[in-house]
Amino acid sequence: MMADGRFAGRVALHGVAYLTLGFILMPLVFVTWLAFFAQEIPSFPPEGYSLKWFGAIANNRNFVTGLWTSMQVAIAATMIGLVLAVPASLILARRQFTGNAAMSQFLLLPLVVPGVVMGTAIYVFQIETEIATGLPILGSLGGLIAGHTLIVIPWTVRLVTASLAGLDRAAEEAAQSLGANQWTTFFRVTLPAIRPGVVAGALFGFVTSFGNLEMSLFLVGPGRITLPIAILQYLEWKIDPTVAAVSVLQILLIAGAMIITDRYVKLARVV
Amino acid sequence: MASLTLDGLTKSYGDVAVVKSVSLEVRDGEFLVLLGPSGCGKTTTLRMIAGFVPPSGGSIRIGDQDITRLPPWKRNAGLVFQSYALFPHMTVAQNVAFGLEMRKAARSEVGPRVAEALRLVRLDGYGERYPRQLSGGQQQRVALARALVIRPDVLLLDEPLSNLDAKLRLQVRLEIRALQQQTGLTTVMVTHDQEEALTMADRLVVMSDGAVRQVGTQSDLYERPADLFVADFVGRSTMIAGTVTAPGTFRSDGGLVLTCPASAPLGPATLALRPERLTMGLAARDLDNHVPGTASFVSYLGAMLDVHVRLNGTDHVVVQIPNKADGLAPAVGDTIEVGWPASACLVFPREAA
Repeated sequence: MMADGRFAGRVALHGVAYLTLGFILMPLVFVTWLAFFAQEIPSFPPEGYSLKWFGAIANNRNFVTGLWTSMQVAIAATMIGLVLAVPASLILARRQFTGNAAMSQFLLLPLVVPGVVMGTAIYVFQIETEIATGLPILGSLGGLIAGHTLIVIPWTVRLVTASLAGLDRAAEEAAQSLGANQWTTFFRVTLPAIRPGVVAGALFGFVTSFGNLEMSLFLVGPGRITLPIAILQYLEWKIDPTVAAVSVLQILLIAGAMIITDRYVKLARVV
Repeated sequence: MASLTLDGLTKSYGDVAVVKSVSLEVRDGEFLVLLGPSGCGKTTTLRMIAGFVPPSGGSIRIGDQDITRLPPWKRNAGLVFQSYALFPHMTVAQNVAFGLEMRKAARSEVGPRVAEALRLVRLDGYGERYPRQLSGGQQQRVALARALVIRPDVLLLDEPLSNLDAKLRLQVRLEIRALQQQTGLTTVMVTHDQEEALTMADRLVVMSDGAVRQVGTQSDLYERPADLFVADFVGRSTMIAGTVTAPGTFRSDGGLVLTCPASAPLGPATLALRPERLTMGLAARDLDNHVPGTASFVSYLGAMLDVHVRLNGTDHVVVQIPNKADGLAPAVGDTIEVGWPASACLVFPREAA
């Protein structure tokens, strides 16, 4: 009786797990499949297979510049997000001060606020700042990076704080007693110890920034579009498998980043 | 190598004083142990010496140099932590070399000194391993080598044996003591384990509530405890409450009239007795104090027997006797004569408790 119940439970658990996995993977599988369809209007079953849509990407200026802009923005925003997050996390994890908890929550806020709302808010802020100072902010690469930094920060802060919580402070004190000042201690002992959190935070920040559409829509200037915007614009006129091909490239890019990261840092241990 | 002097060292957090004016002199090459229950301020004192806790008052000197305001990295104190605190991303050799590197030691000098330190803790050949590949005892020895290799002025040990299992602990404490004597390092160790403290120390400092209760050798603390706290904390004692009614006369709350040293001050007092100073049976009759009682509990400790004897409705004592195969082990309920000399009575005025 007992054994039967346990067996049924295990079957149910596996069933649900595989169903969920299938549900998550299904769009990826279909998009990838679609990218190789020969015909222009997607329909089942496919009339044949072709690689021409991948070639079409290279001939589309929007996709090429979009990819380039997205890369620049995501990398810059991730770097800035890390430089801000590491000191912030150190303070949040180690200093007891009034408003500590509130500050932690505040830094996670960009995760909660809808992208459209945040885009509007930053848009208005940038316009007002531009009027007040005369500096060309709105539509500039810097303005776009500033916005993206905001959505990177919750990830970097979150993951760096988590890895700091597991760090034995005695190791830092040992370094200091051996003659290392605070800077040396940080770079030689603290940073190597929290490296998994830093790397994972960077990866998630990068992915978030790279895939962001809603906020970017408000912040891009003429002739400067990100890859998600390029995809959206393309879809307004056509639904041929070029979009699927671009998506496959994007999936490969992110999957590649994760695999490379996982080689150095076991992501499952951090997240 | 040098002496270490604490002068009126104090630490307060707001209104709460955790260390109250501690003054100590650790002689050159001496092994001093700070002993006390958790929360007594011993660890805070050690962390002030190491430089991680800024004192609220008082001063710390190594030799003639005042180090009270120096940051930890300028103190030249070797520190060993309870958690070992090895750098997980560095090999054993890199861990040990870290302090030399910080001191900008010549590359040609680092290798031999690291090897020498590892040989000292019997870990030669382990240099290329990572801390996670070592056992707890080995990690502890790496931590020790790392602290010793910088030739510190003082060696500070923060509960260094607490994370080791019981058997290893006995071995490591002898090793640490031998190393300390071999290197002649002025050493301060913090522990709450009195057996550890008694076996390792040259002198001990008993602390409670942030203050020093007594400083002395093992026999000072055991034979002549300064107050009831020390008598209770170091070794075992059974306590009898009562009053010193005349010089050399103690009347217990249970009505016993006992002979105690004439030096005991008059007034309410507590009498402490070490279990092994008490005698049972016929031999008890010849002693200054002898009282009939009933065995209420006998615990078998192997080499020794603990016999709990109820003397009346209020007072009871514990007598420790050797476990001889003479069939004389008392049973619960037996009537027993218990005796002890006046000199075995440790009498403390009640206010001091």
